[in-house]
Amino acid sequence: MPVVGHQPPPFFKRGPAPLTRLAFFVILSLVLLVLDLKYRTLELARQGVATVLYPLQRAAYTPVDLYEQLGGYFSSLTAVERENVLLKQKELESAKWLLRQQHLELENQRLRQLLDMKAKQPVTSTLADIIHAARDPFSRRVIVDKGSQHGIVAGQAVVDEAGVLGQVTRVYPLQSEVTLVTDKNQAVPVQIVRNGLRTALFGASGGQLELRFLAANADVQPGDQLVTSGLDGVYLPGLPVAKVLRVDRDAAYSFARIVCEPAAGVEKHGQVLLLGLREALQQQVEETGTRDRPGKTKRGRKRDE
Amino acid sequence: MNIQPTHSSRRILLPVRQWFILFSLAVAFFLNLVPVGGTVGLPDWVALVLAFWSVREPLRLGMGTAFVIGLMMDVAVGSVLGQHPLAYLLLTYAAGGLSRRILWFPLAQQALHILPLLLATQLVMVVTRMLGGADFPGWGYFLGSFSGALLWFPLTFVLLLPQYQPVEKDENRPI
Repeated sequence: MPVVGHQPPPFFKRGPAPLTRLAFFVILSLVLLVLDLKYRTLELARQGVATVLYPLQRAAYTPVDLYEQLGGYFSSLTAVERENVLLKQKELESAKWLLRQQHLELENQRLRQLLDMKAKQPVTSTLADIIHAARDPFSRRVIVDKGSQHGIVAGQAVVDEAGVLGQVTRVYPLQSEVTLVTDKNQAVPVQIVRNGLRTALFGASGGQLELRFLAANADVQPGDQLVTSGLDGVYLPGLPVAKVLRVDRDAAYSFARIVCEPAAGVEKHGQVLLLGLREALQQQVEETGTRDRPGKTKRGRKRDE
Repeated sequence: MNIQPTHSSRRILLPVRQWFILFSLAVAFFLNLVPVGGTVGLPDWVALVLAFWSVREPLRLGMGTAFVIGLMMDVAVGSVLGQHPLAYLLLTYAAGGLSRRILWFPLAQQALHILPLLLATQLVMVVTRMLGGADFPGWGYFLGSFSGALLWFPLTFVLLLPQYQPVEKDENRPI
């Protein structure tokens, strides 16, 4: 019988009670969650662990690689031949545009010089293979086989032969993570080709895209082509992004519901181009930077004086 | 002879080795890394093996192990740091609490006990991510728990296999 205020010593030493341990670790993981979601300060730790895990990850690809190689081996010769004929046709068709493009670019350069405008920035690009889709079911991302060792930095735009695919969001030494345009948190500034209307395109569920915050009477029709407007300083202007599928105008809501379909083969695997970063547009320091970075503003002013 | 090593069974098992617990967790982690694309209905192997060992050996599998392997999953999958540890910790605790009760049941009913635990694990992850502003992954996401519960049968057999083996064979000894 335990006397009040006095308990017999435990027979076995087992450390703190399970509930205490659970509470400790749950609080620890909640802190991690808040740090990562709200402040994004844990990227360095993530990089370190990812580098250690990289060999294991590579090893885990092998069963899938083997399976794909087996599939490729058994794909019939006729399919390859048919593809070859199609590709040749495509090349011929695009050749006339390519030949003209050189001429047009030269002309453009000359005209720009005449008008005394800043020359368009040349674009560098890196070819990369999509290794696989990220396993996280809550976001739409893919992993490509080029990383910071190949000069990739976060923020680069990713395109395939048909249009914009997404943006590099996280860079590991030998891999990087591309967030697709269909991700809910990914936005692309776009422009409608037909009338030049500028707006922003967001990812929606089911591999589709959505034009949000456009008034119900906005001039958008099904079939409209959307290209990047280039206002963000990330995507080059004029890259095809999506096509409008349908426009639902409901009088009950002030905004129209506009569903679009991505132009690029967003949910398919293949090769992609990682476009080099565009240089950020010169911003007016006095207007934007006063509250955020007082130190930088002072330096800027000194230089001006 | 009844091959099921429940408490009611007459079969005596060898004690589990600590390295085998860690090894099985490592294998489960490797299986989780295999890129499957958008295939739905695949179980979370790590959650399954964690639940198994917390039921079998609640004193050998600590919360620290669950936390560390959850963090590794977060980095490998590319999800928010803390999402997997949180879910795995709650799973480990709940399965450990069930361990006194669950082993008295036959395997099918054990699987029925495990199913809500796995579903709750996934639910914790969904709630965490949706609070963080992510998209709902669709109801197919929860299919993984059902296939995981079905895998309880083969898993019990495979993971207890080393404990069936006697150290040295002796005809006159029951184990």
